[in-house]
Amino acid sequence: MKIHVTDQDGAEHELEGLEGWRVMEVIRDWGLNIKAECGGALSCATCHVFVDPDWFARLAPRSDEEEDMLDSVPDVRPTSRLSCQILLSEELDGLKVTLARSAAQ
Amino acid sequence: MSGTEIVTDVVVIGAGPCGLFAVFELGLLDLKCHLIDILDRPGGQCAELYPEKPIYDIPAFPMITGQGLTDNLMQQIAPFSPEFHFNRMVNSVEKLEDGSFRLVTDADEVFLCKVVVIAAGGGSFQPKRPPVEGIEAFEGKSVFYSVRRMDDFRDQDIVVIGGGDSALDWTLNLQPLARSLTLVHRRDAFRAAPDSVNKMKAMVADGKISLLLGQVARIEGDNGQLERIHFSTDAGDVSIPATRMLPFFGLTMKLGPVADWGLELNDNLIVVDTEKFETSVPGIFAIGDINTYPGKLKLILSGFHEAALMAQRAKKIVAPEERVIFQYTTSSTKLQKKLGVA
Repeated sequence: MKIHVTDQDGAEHELEGLEGWRVMEVIRDWGLNIKAECGGALSCATCHVFVDPDWFARLAPRSDEEEDMLDSVPDVRPTSRLSCQILLSEELDGLKVTLARSAAQ
Repeated sequence: MSGTEIVTDVVVIGAGPCGLFAVFELGLLDLKCHLIDILDRPGGQCAELYPEKPIYDIPAFPMITGQGLTDNLMQQIAPFSPEFHFNRMVNSVEKLEDGSFRLVTDADEVFLCKVVVIAAGGGSFQPKRPPVEGIEAFEGKSVFYSVRRMDDFRDQDIVVIGGGDSALDWTLNLQPLARSLTLVHRRDAFRAAPDSVNKMKAMVADGKISLLLGQVARIEGDNGQLERIHFSTDAGDVSIPATRMLPFFGLTMKLGPVADWGLELNDNLIVVDTEKFETSVPGIFAIGDINTYPGKLKLILSGFHEAALMAQRAKKIVAPEERVIFQYTTSSTKLQKKLGVA
């Protein structure tokens, strides 16, 4: 399973993901620039990504808690998600996201 | 207080779980600790990021919250009477000729100690900055991340940004003395206390403040003095005149001054050995999330282990002549006396 991640400098990366991993964990495991300081506890919003519009609608919607956490991100867009809240499954093979500036270390 | 000089055995930088447990291990060895933390209370990430979130991997606690863990640690170290210095950041650490250390905080306090323990997690908590070009030049002059003096905001055109309690509280508190006040938030839903939200909405209805849904895009001004803020909104770009901006996006961790203390770093983490958890500068230790070594796992339980081993070496530095006998709290009357239970 592959996901495509564009980093803050515009470079594209094809990362191997595993079912059941969170997108944040894949990005962190591959050493891209993601702070993810709370480690996936939905408490910090430093794993913020912009999801490719074609993919955005295919994700489970944001929870209220994720919506609240996005309030602590200064660069929210309609396709913003916290990547710790996207669980990889076969349906998401090929997912495209872009790392937000606010996720940088 | 500025000008104060505090002499102690150990200064622990960071009052998160690892810093707190270090007090326990050091205390059993009769070492006296002062703790310095940038937050206004103990607990570090556990208190700031996830006080109510459950933690499942603390040994012997099937489940405990971040705040629960902090409270328990505070109770556990109480017998050693640690002294806390909150809302402070250590700016500099200098090794003196006799091998001891001199630390200076951002409040100009001076600490003299024989051992320094850095337990600063991901670094010091700093306000999140809006991604606005050139904002640094305005910070502390017309852009503030907290309100230290209300008078700085009197008769000003204030823009408060955010939807949480800080944003709402300061909107309500500053409105009476502002010339104008606009609250800006990205959506028409607020996670702040419902009572504050209702009061804010009443003020908007009364025309006392304005509410704008959008996100800051650009700021204008000269010499650090803000004149106008541009926002992106659903209705396109909107700009309003403003002389003060208060963004409230919460806190994030930055390594901060630690980077300049001459310690060997690897990818913004402090390199330590796994016997003593000492840094490249003898007498300065690093435990918890801020250190790195082969096989490091950023787990609270790893930090506890690191604290115990660090304390053994710290004792030898503070009291090189003293012979330390390894003892258990279960059986040692001596240790139990220190804990106040025998």
